[in-house]
Amino acid sequence: MSALIQIRDLVVQRNGRNVLAIAGFEIPRGERLTVIGPNGSGKSTFLLTLAHLLHPASGEILFEGRSLTQWNELKYRRRISFVFQDPLLLDMTVEQNVGLGLKFRGISKDEIQARVMKWLKQLGIESLTKRRAGQLSGGEAQRVSLARAFVLEPELILLDEPFSSLDPPARAKLLDELSVLLTEDHRTTVFVTHDLREAVQLGSRVAVFMEGTLRQVGPARQIKARPADETVAAFLKELKS
Amino acid sequence: MTFDPEIWQITFLSLQVSALATVISLLIGLPFGTWLALGNFRGRSFILSIINTGMALPPVVVGLVVAITLWRSGPLGDLNLIYTPVAIIIAQTIISAPIVTGLTAAALEAIDPRLQQQLLGLGASRAQMVWLLWREARLPLLAALMAGFGSVISEVGASMMVGGNIKGQTRVLTTAIVLETGKGEFNQALALSALLLVITYLINLALTSIQQRGARR
Repeated sequence: MSALIQIRDLVVQRNGRNVLAIAGFEIPRGERLTVIGPNGSGKSTFLLTLAHLLHPASGEILFEGRSLTQWNELKYRRRISFVFQDPLLLDMTVEQNVGLGLKFRGISKDEIQARVMKWLKQLGIESLTKRRAGQLSGGEAQRVSLARAFVLEPELILLDEPFSSLDPPARAKLLDELSVLLTEDHRTTVFVTHDLREAVQLGSRVAVFMEGTLRQVGPARQIKARPADETVAAFLKELKS
Repeated sequence: MTFDPEIWQITFLSLQVSALATVISLLIGLPFGTWLALGNFRGRSFILSIINTGMALPPVVVGLVVAITLWRSGPLGDLNLIYTPVAIIIAQTIISAPIVTGLTAAALEAIDPRLQQQLLGLGASRAQMVWLLWREARLPLLAALMAGFGSVISEVGASMMVGGNIKGQTRVLTTAIVLETGKGEFNQALALSALLLVITYLINLALTSIQQRGARR
């Protein structure tokens, strides 16, 4: 598999302090990568940097072999999509929210409607089409947020703990559905979580971040069986307890 | 009070001058307030504090400064604008623009800052992002517009000082009320006051109904 993303000597700073440092890392096209780590380990910074919403202090990220600094920022952002922890829907209908990214791209109304309906069905929320965002439950809103990202059919989807604000049953159900969706879709996905079970269920590969560095990458079973060092072992132990 | 042509002329001029000043304030305040709310630069807090101070500018002080500037011997005296409706529009814009700017900044700052990143992450250009943020903040932005208009339709000090209250030329409702009161014509002053209140009420009623329709949707 060719690499969609290549990272070289990446350093990201906030307020003059290093918050993320990755010497080298690749994300092959079509991979489902799950990123785990404790709070403040640099997971979200990693996603924001991949989305070109944060700019590295040094090093580079290559997308399809070209450095992000050589990409037109808007053109690059239109090849990816981002789902945050909270749905962050706009005060408009579900249909309008889901079609937003397509509208940004100047796609025709008919095509927007067809693609929006396809993804609303896919996520089981077609009955909510005309509902306003403020009238949705937490689970419904997060489904809308996922539909809004998937409808763009981008090369790379970045999901930053999208289920963290949901109650456990809603979370488990949506996780099952997302797992099936990603298996069928073969889209390159980076999923951030601090839940090992979610990582096991979703990730073909798991990356463990600790204190702003990438400590270990590999299949979930391998990481559980042979943690790279004591800090990773202690973090995994904490997750299990 | 009879609705003679003079009253109509005064009323029309009041509306024309204050509406123009409000529109100019909006054209300045909306982009400037947006820039202040979304920007992350050195001196931002200082500029915001100046704008917030500007929201409480006394109209007579504005009138004095504009009068000195436009006075025949002043720096812009050659423009011959003193005692013209344009001078009143300039003064009212100076009163209203900080209000629209400050309330625009406050309205946009109240939106979850992650929404900007979310919109960019969905492929929005900067202009598309700003447009949607304005849309999200449309109710407080309309309140900013109402506050801006309210501050100028009701002010008297600046209009008197830079307009001169010249009959048929720069007399507006507030300056006419002051004149009639000075002459002891309290009935005339009361009638003009009632007219001013009715006009202000009708305009705010229209804006409020637009605002509330937006809130219910």
